[in-house]
Amino acid sequence: MSQPTIHATSPSNVPAKEASGPWRDAWRAFRKNKTAMLGLGIILFFVMIALLAPWIAPYDYKEQELVNRLKPPSAQHWLGTDDLGRDLFSRLIYGARISLWVGFFSVIGSMIAGTILGVLAGFYGKWIDMLISRMFDILLAFPSILLAIAIVAILGPSLQNALYAIAIVNIPTYGRLVRAKVLSLRTEEYITAARAIGMKDSRILITHILPNSLTPIIVQGTLGIAHAIIEAAALGFLGLGAQPPDPEWGKILSDSRQFIQKAPWTVIFPGLSIMLTVLGFNLIGDGLRDVLDPRMKK
Amino acid sequence: MSGNLLEVKGLKKYYPVQKGFLNSTAGYVKAVDDISFSIRRGETFGLVGESGCGKSTAGRSLLRLMEPTAGEILFEGRDITKLSAGELRKQRREMQMVFQDPFSSLDPRHTVERILEEPMIVHRTGNARERRAAVDKLADVVGLAKSQLQRYPHQFSGGQRQRIGIARALALQPKLIVADEPVSALDVSIQSQVINLMQDLQHEFGLTYLFIAHDLSVVKHICDRVAVMYLGRIIEITDKHSLYAHPQHPYTKALLSAVPEPDPDIRKQRIILQGEVPSPANAPVGCSFHTRCPQAMEVCRKERPPLLETDSAHFTACHLYDGTIHSQLA
Repeated sequence: MSQPTIHATSPSNVPAKEASGPWRDAWRAFRKNKTAMLGLGIILFFVMIALLAPWIAPYDYKEQELVNRLKPPSAQHWLGTDDLGRDLFSRLIYGARISLWVGFFSVIGSMIAGTILGVLAGFYGKWIDMLISRMFDILLAFPSILLAIAIVAILGPSLQNALYAIAIVNIPTYGRLVRAKVLSLRTEEYITAARAIGMKDSRILITHILPNSLTPIIVQGTLGIAHAIIEAAALGFLGLGAQPPDPEWGKILSDSRQFIQKAPWTVIFPGLSIMLTVLGFNLIGDGLRDVLDPRMKK
Repeated sequence: MSGNLLEVKGLKKYYPVQKGFLNSTAGYVKAVDDISFSIRRGETFGLVGESGCGKSTAGRSLLRLMEPTAGEILFEGRDITKLSAGELRKQRREMQMVFQDPFSSLDPRHTVERILEEPMIVHRTGNARERRAAVDKLADVVGLAKSQLQRYPHQFSGGQRQRIGIARALALQPKLIVADEPVSALDVSIQSQVINLMQDLQHEFGLTYLFIAHDLSVVKHICDRVAVMYLGRIIEITDKHSLYAHPQHPYTKALLSAVPEPDPDIRKQRIILQGEVPSPANAPVGCSFHTRCPQAMEVCRKERPPLLETDSAHFTACHLYDGTIHSQLA
């Protein structure tokens, strides 16, 4: 190519604009959303607690003091003790690790599996779509908690198996979301343009389709963590998740439910912890949706 | 260099119409129905017609962005309908496309730099530094500042985006560019800028354009030869001077009479066509235009007129200009 050189037009007087991009713009809008920032604050608080558990917790979460059974909140035991005389505050702090861990990793698992399946179904269509979509339909035909219970029953009750069960149960949610998004993206002109350039399907998928279908997955994922935490608590409550003495919040709740009148703090505080984390993730998720989904913008 | 860069022979694109839950084929929408034309090296060939006449489908099928149902597409003598997927990808270097909608044809999540560099990455042209230099040149050629390369498409106006789209099409130094209504989404003032840019680029790089449009005044400005399409068929092909001076097909005459005249004192006879364009799923027998043609004859309802050379280098598919039929009538 022989080009004429035009140097006169290069504008050096244009002021440097604040760095901008789809993600940076979204973060800027997110920061303005007060409830979403509150949610983020709550979650960061719990994440800090979980990370610093050994340093914050005043007692060992396994340590039993049978003389101090079911003591109400006091200076020694800020949130009281449970029926085995274990410090509830310490147990809840360690419990944050379990709940967040289950929430994050089960969602990451179902997100990855759901995205891969959804992209394949949406992009290639035909029998691949048929197969994958019917698989999702089958999974969705069962109430999710029932299916999770069945999976845990097969694998054996443990926290890790509960995580797998929750991940599997939630795959169709992400898969269908991604499939729908890919279907609409496939007709976009820039995908045709990519093909006109001579791009391979695999490259189109990775560089164009995936980045553009990420936002609904992220929103759904954030809301999904809240959902997964509740499901983990429910499985724990039923004795199918974390096994004693692991201080899983749902498990603490179920172990203490018989003392609800005698020692309400043993039920209130783990319940409150679950509620706050779930609320936090929901607020973040709603905020992200407002920021990332242009149709929600007013 | 002279001769034909592209030859299209009997190109067809039919869409099956499916009925019932067994998906039995009930018929075909003949979006492009047996069209043939050739484009000479270095010229701008216009494809005009009202919306739905199949001009965009034709443009996309001949780049094989849609698989044509039948026909040959000879690019420099090589039939690209027979290329394998891999060969076709290589062939795409030579033939690029500029899209109608500058708002949806650029990936919103990529910077301009990435958009312009991508074709070169895909075809493994040069190393990173050479590609960067090429991107700078491309931006320069279409009038974008270097400082704008890090921006995203939404930060540009429609005209600027269309110039990005043109720069992307140029990145592989193609021989043919199919421009699918490249200016119809733009303001009139911006249209002329983009058209002039395209003309400048044509001279500079020796490009050949297939220019798809519905705006006859734009076509008159940029094209050398023009084909008029109606209901999936080409009804008239000629150079632009004779098309605008002596249109032959009644449809072309009606189209041209609809072009607005800037001078209010000129009174001109407008030909108002009656009725609607028939559905391409159920095209009329005989001449597809006979249902609306003011000069329709008996023969038009029965026989489809072939595209004949009715004047020197002027091809029309109309029984009015078919000498044999006139002699039969006389």
